[in-house]
Amino acid sequence: MPVLELRQISKNFGAIRALSGVDLKLEAGEVLGLMGDNGAGKSTMVKIIAGNFPPSGGEIFVDGESVHFAKPVEAREKGIEVVYQDLALCNNLSASANVFLGRELKKGFGPFKWLDHAEMVRRAGLLFAELKSETRPRDLVRQMSGGQRQAVAIARTRLSDPKVVLMDEPTAAISVRQVAEVLDLIRRLRDAGHAVVLISHRMPDVFSVCDRVAVMRRGTKVADKLIKDSSPEEVTGLITGAINVA
Amino acid sequence: MSHEAPKTPANAGGNVAIEGVLGLQEKTLLQALLASQAFWVTIALAIICVFMSWYEPHFGSIENFYNITRNFAFIGIMALGMTVVIITGGIDLSVGSIMGVVAVASGLVLEAEYPWWAAVIVGLGAGLACGLINGYLVAYVNLSPFVVTLGMLSIARSFAVVLSGNRMIYNFGPGGAMFKIWGGGAFLGIANPVWFLVIFTALLAVVLRMTAWGRHILAIGGNEHAANLTGVPVKLVKLQAYSLSALAAAFAAILNVGWSGSAINALGQSYELRAIASTVIGGANLMGGEGGAYGALIGSALIEVIRNALLMAGVDSNWQGTFVGSFIILAVLLERIRGKRRE
Repeated sequence: MPVLELRQISKNFGAIRALSGVDLKLEAGEVLGLMGDNGAGKSTMVKIIAGNFPPSGGEIFVDGESVHFAKPVEAREKGIEVVYQDLALCNNLSASANVFLGRELKKGFGPFKWLDHAEMVRRAGLLFAELKSETRPRDLVRQMSGGQRQAVAIARTRLSDPKVVLMDEPTAAISVRQVAEVLDLIRRLRDAGHAVVLISHRMPDVFSVCDRVAVMRRGTKVADKLIKDSSPEEVTGLITGAINVA
Repeated sequence: MSHEAPKTPANAGGNVAIEGVLGLQEKTLLQALLASQAFWVTIALAIICVFMSWYEPHFGSIENFYNITRNFAFIGIMALGMTVVIITGGIDLSVGSIMGVVAVASGLVLEAEYPWWAAVIVGLGAGLACGLINGYLVAYVNLSPFVVTLGMLSIARSFAVVLSGNRMIYNFGPGGAMFKIWGGGAFLGIANPVWFLVIFTALLAVVLRMTAWGRHILAIGGNEHAANLTGVPVKLVKLQAYSLSALAAAFAAILNVGWSGSAINALGQSYELRAIASTVIGGANLMGGEGGAYGALIGSALIEVIRNALLMAGVDSNWQGTFVGSFIILAVLLERIRGKRRE
């Protein structure tokens, strides 16, 4: 049974049809590369899966169960975590505060609960160590490099045991060394049985880490192939329209 | 002890040890102190007090200390509520007018010979109603805080004038004596409003630092969109922030009426400016995401000490507005400079 399935998903913004009858299946332990030009509908699809807005038509299934997300928290409760393109971080808070934002650890008794700063710092440190990042849990995010900020956003998805991790252009604004680290992390997520959707413009990243690639063009899915059966040239042709459907 | 969040992975892998990450040098306490605007305002306040005590010995008298602390307590309590709103990236221009309507509502209840606690409940209720309306329109209808609270500034003042029949209410009936003690009394030689200010400052400092709600307030001001995506109940927290601001203004109004012994519909006129100035001078960032309870207290203290010092130095009290306005601009300018340094 697929861990995530989209059936005939469509989305209209007024008169504009952003997505049209998209089907997609994702198995546990699989990395899917989602590619397409700007405006192809990749981000719209991710935002629908993540609960940012509902689809105009179609159905979403998680572990075979039909789901309807009114807000991102509901998607997260179903095991869907997202690393947003803008990373969705609060610059005025520390790295550990960002990692645990909305899921703060507390201690106390009865109705009297206060933040467990020490434990949050410790656990955030563990997550950064796992990511091989030297991000300091107590440092403010606004003082951090692009790679460290990326580590904070990715560490946040590891707080729970997610079924699906959606990553929107995670390697777009980081150094070559950090790209390799992020790709390693994606492999580790896959090895741990998590399904990953990687939205990327970077062909080498997709062909390096993905098992399958889906190509979007003008709101429709024009290809869904195993990486071993495709090539960068073919995917480029599908993105630009030089190849119609594969 | 209990933890209320999902489990993290049990063990760290990779090449970077947890001891290595946690052991990296953090900012020292001294560095944190020197970076705090509230700290420098405290130093400035101390210098002014020392200078004025030398220049005008009466400045340092117990009577003057009593007057100064009591005077800034009202603004300080309002500034605490304003701090919460400003940290979320909002503004509350209606707090002065809320004081007016609360004063009149409480005064009318006392005049009708109801007990003191009924007057307190009605006053706080009137303030809370204004705050809930502000918060609902800002958080759920998505209107600009500036527009909403500017509207409430006019509405609340108008209500105060209509309810009072444009007259001063001073015949407080049997509940008046107890009501006046809250704002007009003293404990251990310090005015009651000052004790309330100190207690509320400590409470807010703990809430901002130690609770998830406090963290959510900071997160909303830092990046509201991100806070929303991560599951922070942004709308509810903003509603609560405006309600708290209005409640703080209502409490200040009740204390002020108790101290002055009369309720007038003009109470709190232009106080919103002084409350905003106090928070900004104390280090709150008008763009949101920064601020603290101690900053609100020390900011309100600085404004009152300067006002008092000007009077003692023989400067016309009408210049006070010029100084308050200048301080707001100066504080924002300093924040801008600090922000650029950080970048």
